[in-house]
Amino acid sequence: MSILFDGLSLGAIYALIALGYTMVYGIAKMLNFAHGDIIMVGAYAVFVTLMGGGHIALAIGLSVIICVVMGVVVEKFAYKPLRGASPLAVLITAIGVSYLLQSISQLVFGAEPKTVTIASLGTVSLFGATISVSSIVTLVIGAVIMAGLTLFVKKTRTGRAMVAVSEDKGAAMLMGINVNRIITITFAIGSALAAAASLFYLMQIPSVEPTLGSMPGIKAFTAAVIGGIGSIPGAMLGGVMLGVIEKICLSVPVLAPYTTAVEFGLLIVILLVRPIGLLGKKRREKV
Amino acid sequence: MALLEVKNLQVNYGVIRAIKGISFEVNEGEIVSLIGANGAGKTTTMQSIMGLIPIKDGTVTYDGKVINKIPGHKLISMGMSQVPEGRRVFQELTVYENLVMGAYTQKDKKKIKEDIEEICTRFPRLGERKNQIAGTLSGGEQQMLAMGRAMMSHPKLLMLDEPSMGLSPLLVDQVFDIIKDYHKMGTTVLLVEQNAKKALSISDRAYVLETGDITISGKGEDLLNNEQVKKAYLGE
Repeated sequence: MSILFDGLSLGAIYALIALGYTMVYGIAKMLNFAHGDIIMVGAYAVFVTLMGGGHIALAIGLSVIICVVMGVVVEKFAYKPLRGASPLAVLITAIGVSYLLQSISQLVFGAEPKTVTIASLGTVSLFGATISVSSIVTLVIGAVIMAGLTLFVKKTRTGRAMVAVSEDKGAAMLMGINVNRIITITFAIGSALAAAASLFYLMQIPSVEPTLGSMPGIKAFTAAVIGGIGSIPGAMLGGVMLGVIEKICLSVPVLAPYTTAVEFGLLIVILLVRPIGLLGKKRREKV
Repeated sequence: MALLEVKNLQVNYGVIRAIKGISFEVNEGEIVSLIGANGAGKTTTMQSIMGLIPIKDGTVTYDGKVINKIPGHKLISMGMSQVPEGRRVFQELTVYENLVMGAYTQKDKKKIKEDIEEICTRFPRLGERKNQIAGTLSGGEQQMLAMGRAMMSHPKLLMLDEPSMGLSPLLVDQVFDIIKDYHKMGTTVLLVEQNAKKALSISDRAYVLETGDITISGKGEDLLNNEQVKKAYLGE
């Protein structure tokens, strides 16, 4: 029971990050491999604020603002000039941005991991199991954010414009949609979600280092692909699946050392059976 | 005064000059056609006017303003609208949602609802299929939807790129009837067509585009009787 809860809350973290990958892919048709490092930036923002004696709420706020600014700046200066360039060039640029962010944080904060002290929220007994409150908080807030995002995309004018841009940029422009602005908004939303993820991540593993974003970034990317890259519900499903599987594997002594192998193995199996991912949409080739 | 004036338009695809410096104009209240064979540059011309592909040289003036440098999405609220080649309706959205997208530049929600009602009356097939996913519509229905969607922004200048492409003769007639309707309602029309006969028969004026150059121009009815046009485009 507590494993399931931990798994779901880890899954919520993966899902939040996976949403950033999948939305950016859906709209800008690029894999933003620097997305994981935005989490790292967010985590350092939390770390610095708390070190400076700031309240946790302030840390959250600053983390979101800094991540959003970072995401938008990266998009404007690294990716926007490459619009229309070959996907490979964009991909390599994204990897370059990833290393750049890691190196900068290493210069500023040093390479050694630093402990972040977030007041423990303790545990509660639920259905006879001991569950950490931070898991519940992560799960609930994660679910609220995802529900909000789904509503935003479905109901608002900007959300609908995002759907239109993801399907056909040219046709979207002919509707009067400012495609560049929609891409910027998408990066901003993805980065805000990464900031939220970074806080939840720190609640589970209270330590920051420059490469902090790599592993959750890769796992969340895997989750996005499992769910079907470009699909918002897919990213949520993939993230939660991966989180639960990870925690279950870790709880079985025989499997524990192979947890990561199991996760990526799942990716391979799903790609073999259903290359577009669980909830991915088949796109008809345009004639 | 011309509503749309294209002067010495040049468009390159890499090193290939697709449009070699063409000039034409569309006056307010007219239906003007660009006709020509496959690969003549008709769609390229249409897309470059809307900023979908960059212009190498020349000027495009709309309503007295040079619009070369204006981002394409701003042209919609200036009263230009285009039905692109291949319809390009949003396949994953419903008919209704497609029409709402067409009204992206419109603010008045009540008016948008009325406009959608009006379009559903004009195109009963769309009315019946309001909540159907657009990707599941037939080609003809998608063309109707694309035309309805383009009218949601209340354009002064409606540009249609190959609206009859891939449609049965009956549907082609319907499409042209709708174009005439919209024209009667006061919309200026720029039409790109391979179906030269149909296009010329409803056009005030027309231009013949051949491998990136305008070779013949004149009144629609004159071109219908022009020997060269007859031979090359009307199959007579």
